[in-house]
Amino acid sequence: MELGARVRFDYALVASKLPEIFHALGITLYTWILGLVGACALGFLVAVARRYGPRPLDLALGGYVELFRGTPFLIQLFLLYFGGPYAGLSLDAIPAGLLGLSVYGAAYFSEIFRGGFEAVPRGHVEAGECVGLSRAQIIGRILLPEMTMLVLPASVNMAIILMKETAVLSVVTVPELTLTISAIGTEFYAFVECLFLLALFYWGLTEICSWLGRIGEARLARFRFAAA
Amino acid sequence: MTPIIFGLLVEAALYTVVISGVSIVIGFLIGMCVSAARLSSNRAFAIPARVFVSFFRGVPLLVQLLLIYNLLPVIGINVPSVVAAVVGLSLCTAAYQAENLRGGFASVPRGLLEAADMAGLTPFQQLLRIRVPIAFRLTLPSLVNEAILILKASSLVSVVGVIELTRMAQNLDTSLYEPLQLYSAAGLLYFIINRALAFAGTAAERRWNWGRA
Repeated sequence: MELGARVRFDYALVASKLPEIFHALGITLYTWILGLVGACALGFLVAVARRYGPRPLDLALGGYVELFRGTPFLIQLFLLYFGGPYAGLSLDAIPAGLLGLSVYGAAYFSEIFRGGFEAVPRGHVEAGECVGLSRAQIIGRILLPEMTMLVLPASVNMAIILMKETAVLSVVTVPELTLTISAIGTEFYAFVECLFLLALFYWGLTEICSWLGRIGEARLARFRFAAA
Repeated sequence: MTPIIFGLLVEAALYTVVISGVSIVIGFLIGMCVSAARLSSNRAFAIPARVFVSFFRGVPLLVQLLLIYNLLPVIGINVPSVVAAVVGLSLCTAAYQAENLRGGFASVPRGLLEAADMAGLTPFQQLLRIRVPIAFRLTLPSLVNEAILILKASSLVSVVGVIELTRMAQNLDTSLYEPLQLYSAAGLLYFIINRALAFAGTAAERRWNWGRA
């Protein structure tokens, strides 16, 4: 098979498909950001419940975290999307993807936040208790703000991991970048060009994300408290 | 689920372990070379190494696998899909391991290298007898971590048609219609292997702890 005949980058082909590609990019960003918000929120709740909840709850949530961190995301997604209907949970591809990403990411985020809580100096929490702050106030006004800066690097890292995991959603037919661009590749028999383009998209997105993370860290660094 | 079906899943799980194990070892060797290139003062080595690490860490593994699987035949290399899968997994883990090893090499205590200089070891001997063993011990925890990540990531090679654990569960599901049981069983097998890996990792760290400087 001749090399030049098949490995060529067809700009006209890509241009004719641009609206479709941008729509798919939108779905990738949509599932990523919503999944990220869901994972953060759920992970925060899990971390708080494990810190302040009763012991059986802590053990149960610990089991959830271990199970979801110890199994592949793809298996979790299959269980949810193909197994869900047998357990009375029929979801379309995008909601299933969002739920899957959130539950998967929350397991990791809860561990990040748990570490963050533990790194907040005990004295700060005790001082809050002494001046009569309620538990919610201690969480909202002491733990959360002080922790945010500590957990930022790990959270940015996790956000990038989730961005890459959105590609896996293509396997359960979420019409995001990977599925759409592979489909264009099949349609025009131009797999390799399309996959290179796809890789460039993700490479750009992850580089932008880690660049934003570095800026955020630099800006938040001035809030770093002296006593570690 | 009958014992025969479960037996098929266990067999596929062993295949998953083999694919991941081979990829980890190849990835470690490539990662060694990449981290050496990255630490090199020669920019002709350092810059390609940085691009390599950035690319393979910045692009989803699924996309890398699809790319390699489709690219190899086009450039005239016709190999079974499992080879493409191992190449993809190895390159991806090599990028992560190179970063870990870079940290390990950077934390080899200077005093040891000065002592080696004094004792008249050549630079190559220093590399082989001091830098590599110490960096290896320092990076062992992250190596175990990486092995666990790759084991989980290996489920993605099901997409390019390699019949490992995930694909086996999928194939069985198409004829048995028992997704809950099959995927739970597959997940459990992944979980057990990961626990075993983590346990072995802690044991190895305890055993080689004397190497910590």
